[in-house]
Amino acid sequence: MSLQPATREGWRNVPASRGVLSRSTAPAVLAGSLVAGAVVMSIVGFNWYGVALLAFALNLVGIYTLSRRVEGSRKAKDRLVTAVISSSFVLAVVPLVSLLVTVVANGWHRLDIELFSSDMRNVLGPGGGIKHALIGTLLITAVAALMSVPIGVLTAIYLVEYGRGRLSKLVTFLVDVMTGIPSIVAGLFAVALFSIFLGLGVRIGFGGSVALSVLMIPIVVRSTEEMLRLVPHELREASYALGVPKWRTVVKVVLPTSVAGIVTGITLAIARVVGETAPLLVIAGFTQSTNTNIFSGRMMTLPVFVFNSFTQPGSPRSEGIDRAWSAALALIAVVMLLNLAARLISRYFSPKTR
Amino acid sequence: MAKRIDIADLNIYYGDFLAVQGVTMPIEAGTITALIGPSGCGKSTFLRSINRMHEVIPGARVEGKVAMDGLDLYGRDVDPVSVRRQIGMVFQRPNPFPTMSIYENVAAGLRLNSTKMKKSVLDDLVERSLRGANLWNEVKDRLGRPGSSLSGGQQQRLCIARAIAVEPDVLLMDEPCSALDPISTLAIEDLMAELKTNYTIVIVTHNMQQAARVSDMTGFFTIEGTGKPGHLIELDTTQKIFSNPTQKSTEDYITGRFG
Repeated sequence: MSLQPATREGWRNVPASRGVLSRSTAPAVLAGSLVAGAVVMSIVGFNWYGVALLAFALNLVGIYTLSRRVEGSRKAKDRLVTAVISSSFVLAVVPLVSLLVTVVANGWHRLDIELFSSDMRNVLGPGGGIKHALIGTLLITAVAALMSVPIGVLTAIYLVEYGRGRLSKLVTFLVDVMTGIPSIVAGLFAVALFSIFLGLGVRIGFGGSVALSVLMIPIVVRSTEEMLRLVPHELREASYALGVPKWRTVVKVVLPTSVAGIVTGITLAIARVVGETAPLLVIAGFTQSTNTNIFSGRMMTLPVFVFNSFTQPGSPRSEGIDRAWSAALALIAVVMLLNLAARLISRYFSPKTR
Repeated sequence: MAKRIDIADLNIYYGDFLAVQGVTMPIEAGTITALIGPSGCGKSTFLRSINRMHEVIPGARVEGKVAMDGLDLYGRDVDPVSVRRQIGMVFQRPNPFPTMSIYENVAAGLRLNSTKMKKSVLDDLVERSLRGANLWNEVKDRLGRPGSSLSGGQQQRLCIARAIAVEPDVLLMDEPCSALDPISTLAIEDLMAELKTNYTIVIVTHNMQQAARVSDMTGFFTIEGTGKPGHLIELDTTQKIFSNPTQKSTEDYITGRFG
């Protein structure tokens, strides 16, 4: 079937059907570019970056000219942009994959039971583990979440559902300011705060929770606010029209509708602060033994453990470095488990359509 | 039981903007009153001011009197929440609660207010409401499914069931059929005729055939131009409005010469 335009003028003057490149052409061009890049680079002196760069350029030129000749200029532009976007994607993923591979490769051979069952008390050389740091991270982060989730969610509810006028503008402004606080400043704030009550040089796990809360609250407020604003106004009106008071509408209609997004936001906020090093270094300090009391004494955390094992690896050096990598791997695993949990929770809570 | 509503000299504002001016309208118990008029003339605004939904919008307020069986709904000691319990509302677009099943949607008015109720009593109420909304036979085997799994027309009838489950005295409907196909529209019109015995119904509609088919009384609203307030031009029996209206502008509107 031909779709010849009635008038053959201007942009309409394009044949309705032209040739189409076969599906294997684009991959073939890419493979050709890679081979050509490798050949050229092996002549002038081989290195992988050169191959990638050359193949990228050759692929763009190749697919564009080929497509322009066969498919016309509009399709050719489409091919060009597709190639650029795909390359950008690969470029963006390379560091991520490289990071994961490095951490797993360096961290897996110390991933034994001892790593999780022992702390660093009286360990100088081989052996030792991250038990104290893992417990510290989980406790400090959990308490930080316990403090910042209610404050953050309630603030967001105030801003979206109740806030009018000056006060809500002020709160929004303060949340914006809080978002920009550098983490070390949050740590120093906690130090200053607890110095008032417990004297100078205080080191306490709970202080770490406070510092993390300062960082976490604005993230929770922002994400919860976005989610609450997504709830259609019609649902609130439907509830009001049934004679439901506003607070019940918020608790029983608005929150359940947006809970999936809120939980995801909270988890991302936790994932964001669980890797904080600087504030914990200054307020929670570091120690070699397990401390399960968050309200007294120094407390080790995974990021600080990594930092500490790396800067003071002990002797032989390789043991400390290995522990640092394993702790880093454990930290990534904790974050991934959190993300996974958030996915499951949001799937469980999200409104069902069938 | 159906109750009558008397509206006197009602002015409705959005902030400083006067949206509807000087409406006086008696609404008899157990009747269907249709409100017609061009878009933007304040019909929906007027409707929403009857059950105090208007004031949900920031800055919105009213002046004048709305009385239900003699009780001033805008009185100082009247709680808007209790007004809305007695005057239910169905909206233009079906809006079932997405987190709730069909059953829970119908029971929402009671559940959300934490009314303690035996399961069997609640079951009866849900069935009665769904039968009342002509939806029971279509959904009785899937009450646990989400409300949003229904078709648009079924969702709208679910919203009507939800509204009548709290047993209001008056039912307000804001273009309830504008998003529905003719078959669903017919189902809802039949339903309104049945509901008339127990409820006073006020319906806003753009469909003049619908107003002529279902209503006892018809009110015509119009607006002189953008930025001007809407007025109630004429209120009379539906038969009179559609056969021999007093006002020229009403006649122009219903014969399609304007609006």
